[in-house]
Amino acid sequence: MSKNKSEYLINRHDNQYEVVIGLEVHAQVTSQSKLFSTSATKFGAEPNTQVSLVDAALPGMLPVINEYCVKQAIKTGIGLKAKINKRSVFDRKNYFYADLPQGYQISQFKDPIVGEGKVILDMPDGQKEVGIERLHLEQDAGKSIHDLDPKNTFVDLNRSGVALMEIVSKPDLRSPDEVNAYIKKLRSIMRYLGTCDGNMQEGSLRADVNVSVRKKGSKEFGTRCEIKNVNSIKFMQMAIEYEANRQVDLIEDGQMIDQETRLFDTKKNETRSMRSKEDAHDYRYFPDPDLLPLEVSDDFIENLKSEIPELPDEKKKRFIEKFKLSPYEANILVSDIETSNYFENVIKKSDVKLATNWIIGELFAALNEKNLEITESPISAGNLSKLINLIKDGTISGKIAKTVFEQMMEGDKDPKKIVEEKGLKQESDPKALEALIDKVIDDNRDKATEYKSGKVKLFGFFVGQVMKVSGGKANPQLVNEILKKKL
Amino acid sequence: MSDITKQSLSELVENIKSKKLSSSEVTKAFVERSEKSKELNAYITEDYTNALNKAKKFDEKPNLDLKLPGIPMAVKDLFCTRDLRTTAGSKILNNFVPTYESTVTQNIWNEGAILMGKLNCDEFAMGSSNETSFFGNVQNPIDKNLVPGGSSGGSSSAVAAQLTPITIGTDTGGSIRQPASFTGTVGLKPTYGSCSRYGIVAFASSLDQAGPMAQNVKDCALLQEVISTYDEKDSTSIDFKRNEYSKELTKDIKGKKIGIPKEYRVDGMPKEIEDLWKKGIEYAKDCGAEIIDISLPHTNYALPTYYIVAPAEASSNLARYDGVKYGFRAEGENLIDMYEKTRSEGFGAEVQRRIMIGTYVLSSGYYDAYYLKAQKVRKLIKNDFDDAYKKVDAILTPSTPSSAFKIGEKTNDPVSMYLNDIFTVPVNLAGLPGISIPAGHDGKGYPLGLQIIGKAFDEQNILNIAYAMEEKINFKNNINDWWIK
Repeated sequence: MSKNKSEYLINRHDNQYEVVIGLEVHAQVTSQSKLFSTSATKFGAEPNTQVSLVDAALPGMLPVINEYCVKQAIKTGIGLKAKINKRSVFDRKNYFYADLPQGYQISQFKDPIVGEGKVILDMPDGQKEVGIERLHLEQDAGKSIHDLDPKNTFVDLNRSGVALMEIVSKPDLRSPDEVNAYIKKLRSIMRYLGTCDGNMQEGSLRADVNVSVRKKGSKEFGTRCEIKNVNSIKFMQMAIEYEANRQVDLIEDGQMIDQETRLFDTKKNETRSMRSKEDAHDYRYFPDPDLLPLEVSDDFIENLKSEIPELPDEKKKRFIEKFKLSPYEANILVSDIETSNYFENVIKKSDVKLATNWIIGELFAALNEKNLEITESPISAGNLSKLINLIKDGTISGKIAKTVFEQMMEGDKDPKKIVEEKGLKQESDPKALEALIDKVIDDNRDKATEYKSGKVKLFGFFVGQVMKVSGGKANPQLVNEILKKKL
Repeated sequence: MSDITKQSLSELVENIKSKKLSSSEVTKAFVERSEKSKELNAYITEDYTNALNKAKKFDEKPNLDLKLPGIPMAVKDLFCTRDLRTTAGSKILNNFVPTYESTVTQNIWNEGAILMGKLNCDEFAMGSSNETSFFGNVQNPIDKNLVPGGSSGGSSSAVAAQLTPITIGTDTGGSIRQPASFTGTVGLKPTYGSCSRYGIVAFASSLDQAGPMAQNVKDCALLQEVISTYDEKDSTSIDFKRNEYSKELTKDIKGKKIGIPKEYRVDGMPKEIEDLWKKGIEYAKDCGAEIIDISLPHTNYALPTYYIVAPAEASSNLARYDGVKYGFRAEGENLIDMYEKTRSEGFGAEVQRRIMIGTYVLSSGYYDAYYLKAQKVRKLIKNDFDDAYKKVDAILTPSTPSSAFKIGEKTNDPVSMYLNDIFTVPVNLAGLPGISIPAGHDGKGYPLGLQIIGKAFDEQNILNIAYAMEEKINFKNNINDWWIK
């Protein structure tokens, strides 16, 4: 057992419990049209405006696989370093519900399109590998809306038939923090690949969370409970904490844990039983006779491999090796494809070290404050690059740069123009500075005399005065040099 | 021309093309005969007024290059037809009007044919006598109170009674060939994947196949040529080179090797059927074919296999009829109650029986023992045919183990009803083409059919064999229009 300082354990009396977590993530495939129909998939459209005859399951309608969605699933599989299955089978998962028009969901049961893979997490105390069990393609259901009418339920079929990837992890996660890191990493990989936008607010990414507990050191898994359909990382973490503690309490109380499906109540912050194992649906899976087994060739897979962009792990390695970034800095900059693109655009024409500091420091803080994504940054990469160059070539000081930066945040202005318009350019003309310094010395004759008689501490006072008189624009280095001579 | 309805499709096409007949005259004749034939109950939905208008329109600007120029036609009510009610013979779709057209019917209209109405059939094509239809029995024009076969019973009755010059049915386990056999008509079940399933109300997706039903082999070939197209909207549609079956039709089958499977001599098979088969063998020899004894060792397992696979698929295919989106809905206390009432009242007994069987064989704990095993046996049955076709070009069998039976005779004995499909079901399980041609009469004067089974995609070959044998058999249907007062 590792003795990580971040080890997540639940203590009760003299016992320590480890939490075992596995995730089934449902990621909506980024695609113009649905998995088996040509309907649009745009989020937020008027209810039932993106529904084809196939999506509404009219008599005699047949599914036809969307090749683009297949490519997206295989790309994701490649991104997860997983085995791509050249032959996979679509099955019907049969159950009745008002928002499931066919009376079955087309999914993949025995033969998924993607097999075992892995995801690497960067945790504070080192890297951790999480196994991927499988990835399969399936249809989303429609949406039942229960709160529009006291007596009736309304059904919106816009989502019916939208392609989802179900990504099943191995039970390798051990803490809410790891779950956080895992979801973020998965999201990052898919956003790099362009296979899922990862937008949790819009439901593009949601997860079923399997939780069990066991005494520390035990090799056996405990009985697990599945928490259905949690749609934010925060809620996942809260649900896991609640559920793990609930299970530990039961064990400590000498009770058994029932294998069951539970719901997380976000208002009460608790999980509640939804159905027991005995009440579990019999989905009567069988191969969908409307669809032939899905077969892809080696060439098909190789072509997709050639389309895979540099992924976060590889990018991180390159940033560290090529740009001499620290692992911490590299992690932050590669976590999101947009951030890394922004960074690489900035450093095309400016200093890497300064760019790294300005992006991770000032820019992130400013964006955070305004609650903006990097793609919504008021400062373009080009202009940030210019600002950094103004610092680097001594046109402005770091302090002035912060003032300029603040103004740039108000709208994407060229920093050179701001500097010119506001007259913020650093004064580096020795003659002008000499005149300035002469005047300061003249105005403070008594202090100058004191300095010369040995009170060297007063040097700082003179620097301060010069900067003040110059409005902060005097080149501090030159001021130092000239003052030393003059005094 | 007085006896328009007695003409075959080929004659009608020729007469319209040579302008001896107009589409209006032809359509009027079939509409009038259909109207006089209500006692047969062959139609579920009539569309005569529209048909006559379409015929008039056709005549105003006739396109005589088409294959079915201005030919009126009624079709099985399993094909979705735009703006015309499509019921599948079920109460649950009693009020369903599609906004779309099945590929097969669209192909027919594209060649100039005109829809007259929708023909009766067993509910969701589940039945062998047309007695499970929500819209009532269909009479066989051969004799009063005789079933026309099923599930395409309205289709077989309408063709035999000359209410439509030709029609299309669907065949999941014999639903084209058995009713053709019972009514003295010709019915072809094409290779699985030959005709698109798009827009056909599904029964068992891996078995369903649309096909032509006609008074003779040549008409059958022409209609097959029209309906068989590759269709991207059906993932199981197969892109193979399709013949112009009617043009390439030939009676020269000299040297063709025809297999006689010994396993089709089933216990208790009536002597009449045995004799018919023997006669068929002689006809084939007369045509110059070579007869070879073959074995299809897993034939015995075909019926039980079929009655696992078909209900399994049906139980899932019919889940969409839940009262939520379209079709019949019975009000309920809550969602589950609404489902139960809708499906209990909306589906008939046979459909409910098959949904129950299908649900059972797919249930966890039974799946391996039934569904999975059935799939394995299905593969063995297909292998049997593959082996046989190393030695022969086609296989000759009776179409059914008996002639048409009386209405009500088998309704309380589903197993005896299922046994009627014993010779047709293996063909669906193997996805092969099969054609039934009328070949004689039994002691009661009821027609009997012979089935010719072909290799996959080899429709031309079995049509040729049927065409050659048809001439030798020289079958005449004894229909005295008993239902016309």
